[in-house]
Amino acid sequence: MQIVFLLEQVLNGLVLGGYYLLIALGLSLIFSVGGVVNLAHGAFYALGAYAAITVGEQFGFLTGVVLSPVLVGVLGVLFERFLLRRFYAADPILSLLLTFGLAMVAEQVIRILWGAAPLPASMPPALKGPVIIGDFLFSRYRLMLLGIVAAVLAGVWLLLHRTSFGRVVRAGMQRPDMVAALGIRLQPYMTTIVVLGVGTAALAGALFAPVTVVHPAMGVEIITIAFVVVVIGGLGSFWGVVLAALLVGVVRGVTIHFLPAASEASMYVLMFLVLMFRPRGLLGERIEKFER
Amino acid sequence: MDRISPGSRTPILAPTRRTALKIGGGLAAGAVLGFPAIVRAQSDAIRIGHLTPRTGFLGALGDYAVLGIQMAAEEINAAGGVLGRRIEVISEDSINPDTAATKAQRMLDRDGAQVLMGEISSASALAISQTAARNKRVFLSTGARSDTLRGRSCNRYMFSIDIPNTMMVNAVGSALLRDGMVKGKGFYTLTADYVFGHDLRRAAKTFFDRNGGMLIGDELVATDVTDFSPYLLKIRQVRPDIVCSNLAGNQVTNLIKQYAEYGLKAPIVGFNLNTADAWAAGSGNLSGIWPTVWYHTLDVPASKAFVATFTKKHGKPPENHAWIEYISLKILAQAMAETKSTDSEALIAYFEKGAEFDILKARKARFRDWDHQLIQEAYPFSVKAKGADKWDLMELGTVVPAPDVAMETLYPTREQNPCSL
Repeated sequence: MQIVFLLEQVLNGLVLGGYYLLIALGLSLIFSVGGVVNLAHGAFYALGAYAAITVGEQFGFLTGVVLSPVLVGVLGVLFERFLLRRFYAADPILSLLLTFGLAMVAEQVIRILWGAAPLPASMPPALKGPVIIGDFLFSRYRLMLLGIVAAVLAGVWLLLHRTSFGRVVRAGMQRPDMVAALGIRLQPYMTTIVVLGVGTAALAGALFAPVTVVHPAMGVEIITIAFVVVVIGGLGSFWGVVLAALLVGVVRGVTIHFLPAASEASMYVLMFLVLMFRPRGLLGERIEKFER
Repeated sequence: MDRISPGSRTPILAPTRRTALKIGGGLAAGAVLGFPAIVRAQSDAIRIGHLTPRTGFLGALGDYAVLGIQMAAEEINAAGGVLGRRIEVISEDSINPDTAATKAQRMLDRDGAQVLMGEISSASALAISQTAARNKRVFLSTGARSDTLRGRSCNRYMFSIDIPNTMMVNAVGSALLRDGMVKGKGFYTLTADYVFGHDLRRAAKTFFDRNGGMLIGDELVATDVTDFSPYLLKIRQVRPDIVCSNLAGNQVTNLIKQYAEYGLKAPIVGFNLNTADAWAAGSGNLSGIWPTVWYHTLDVPASKAFVATFTKKHGKPPENHAWIEYISLKILAQAMAETKSTDSEALIAYFEKGAEFDILKARKARFRDWDHQLIQEAYPFSVKAKGADKWDLMELGTVVPAPDVAMETLYPTREQNPCSL
């Protein structure tokens, strides 16, 4: 009985971790390659949720979930081309101010376009309800989410590790100057990374819209957690972020079970412990450009 | 940190990690603090300092409150104002209790506010009420529902408009008793972890004890929790007869959505729900019995007229916080007009002597002189199977207390309420 229950909570934590992961992965990639902490990342997550609902009302839930990351990805192209690009070589305070300001602008734009009140969202009735195996109960929708997260993860990993695109990106993380010396412009790669990053964030927004409250400040709420996940995982490490997201999810779930009052603090305690023993994060690599 | 000039060929350059993380963390934390609204004041108007949450888990409700109070001010001013002067409402985001108290003091000192109004958060309302008492100015606490606020923490400058937690529990309780859903049943409650939730849990516990219900489990939930799945799994393990929400704001919406997602068998009821939170849940997610202080489908002519005007102006029906802010400013305007004064002592005397106010319900309301609560009707509701539109989701139950019973019946009695002014 107790074992089954613990398993439920762990699995549940994995889903929660998967949700954090979709947002943190992009944040980590954009920081690793561009050196920019994108505080507007939460805004793309929120826009993903709003776009999915708006499209979904016309063309159905599935179309909304598929189209929303594409639409937000297009915004990502504009964001990288016209704003972010100017700040890679600048003092980090400037890009932080830019993305912080952009996050506020996005929140107000959402208020103007969709209103301040939360937007209602439901999942198709077919996806609602639990999966029950013996004593084991789980949400059908979340089980499906876990599959989607795993697929996205596999896709991103293959892209980074099994393609020539990925090789340039990984080289760019470590030695941008050397990549440039070899005659490769990193900028188109950076555009793609930003599109990928904000696209996965939008996908998280679209998938979680039926589960959580869709309101203008939802992006601000998530960015702190995503940031903590990136810090725990370690910069530049694909598996570090994956591990950290899942760890944060499971730790939160298990703390709620045994020590509910500490559930909100558990994530920060975890970060504290990790940074104490591994200042670069769990699997953080030594990236030369960040070590000066 | 070394830099490369903008003209450099190196396409991408990163800052040191340490600096970026530090600033990033600071900014992320700062993002929740928000920015004050910019205010312009006019000289001869009667100024009202209005504070309500515009951000955070009660933010969606606060936006309706602002729409409601603005509409009341426009109507009052269109009819010539009060005492020949315009009413000017200064609305600001109260953010948290500390900021609320600071802003309240500033509104009195710098903006020349005559009276303070507003709030949804019981914690912020408490802070403002203390500022009001120190400055000897009236504070109309519009949306805060904590019993403690009007009990142990009451003061003679604060008047509470919304129904108290005890009333909400009794409103739902009357429907539960009717359906035989209390005696011998095991309840599992989820409680918002701040003064309001604790207070509501106390009222709920009193109700269960008096009527033979058992509280078999309770969880305190932090106000920024958005994922309830671990709690749902835990509840399922305990297998209560009825799950009961003592949550607030966005929390309720999250719970409703995820409760439907997990498809737990036990029926869910709640002792607190605001219409905006119910609307945000999405179709097919809400179920159970809940209380409401007012709803836009209420069958009272004055209420219908208010709903029609509001809907025409904003393209959506008013939420209960729009209603409460609207009637609160009207109550204040009536008091100022009748006493021909904006002086706090004169207003208190007028409220205390039992003046009646039309609050768009079947029966008129009045303040109780010994604890300054507005005594009014409330309604339990269940969920409509098929509403006329997306706003129409409540099947209002019979008004409580029943029309032939004294309105005060469901409020805390003098023995139960430790208020001394």
